[in-house]
Amino acid sequence: MQVRIRAKGETLVVQMRGELDHHAATGLRMEIDAKLAENKIKNVLFNFRDVDFMDSSGFGMILGRYKAVREKGGKVLACSLRPPVRRVFELGGLTSRIPVFGTEQEALDDLWGGEDG
Amino acid sequence: MTSGGERMDNYLKLEIPAKSRNEAFARVVVAAFAAQADPTIDEISDVKTAVSEAVTNAIIHGYENNPSGTILLSATLAGRRLEITVVDYGVGIEDVEMARQPLYTSKPELERSGMGFTIMENFMDEFSVVSLPGQGTTVTMARVFDGSLPGKPEQPYGREA
Ligand SMILES: Nc1ncnc2c1ncn2[C@@H]1O[C@H](COP(=O)(O)OP(=O)(O)OP(=O)(O)O)[C@@H](O)[C@H]1O
Ligand SMILES: [Mg+2]
Repeated sequence: MQVRIRAKGETLVVQMRGELDHHAATGLRMEIDAKLAENKIKNVLFNFRDVDFMDSSGFGMILGRYKAVREKGGKVLACSLRPPVRRVFELGGLTSRIPVFGTEQEALDDLWGGEDG
Repeated sequence: MTSGGERMDNYLKLEIPAKSRNEAFARVVVAAFAAQADPTIDEISDVKTAVSEAVTNAIIHGYENNPSGTILLSATLAGRRLEITVVDYGVGIEDVEMARQPLYTSKPELERSGMGFTIMENFMDEFSVVSLPGQGTTVTMARVFDGSLPGKPEQPYGREA
């Protein structure tokens, strides 16, 4: 899996490409947590546009980041889910915890719209 | 390619070490094998996810991440019915009934969420687990490629918004 992580204001945008399984989730988890330790980061947005596969290991990694970020008062969002990823999200009830948007811009607009008006 | 109604029977047997990079390898092999029976994209995607769950479980639970463990993966095609078996000779499961409960995990500290068996059960038509503590675990699952949702024949896949 290829990953590009960039900060947009207080939000970390995690852009993934490929298959999010146990092997990929292990490396990605460490990368994200290293960035989360930088204190200007509050929220995490996972962009799934180029992810065509996710299993329970990917699910666990996302849920784990959700719990950690929420504890620090931030938000986790997701965007651009393709059908196979959406299926796992829904089966595990992740869609009721993490807001899902059609595009990255819609997700960022929602975050920024929600901050001080 | 399918040639006019001819019944296609085939099998594969594969032995791989318990290394996490073999998770992707195992699901690609099964997907390529299953392609002979003309599954839909959704069907192939479900099968890949189920295989990934079984192989990942063998690695992290069965062998507790010890890469010297061996995993046996086999698959058979009988017409449009794909059956997959994943075997490990690892620690085994004390209480299979409990392990199969949605959200049950013995490794929450590894950010496991107890979804693997639930996914296999929901994404395949048939699913069974046989395990002996100290000896290992065998997962068997099957899917018929008839364009229907898993476990619910005649209900075609709907595209969700
Ligand atoms: N091959 C195996 N060998 C030994 N124990 C297993 C094996 N497969 C599953 N288990 C046991 O069954 C439990 C449930 O498995 P399941 O795949 O549903 O969840 P998980 O692997 O813990 O979490 P997730 O799959 O969501 O990452 C595991 O926590 C483990 O205790
Ligand atoms: Mg599992």
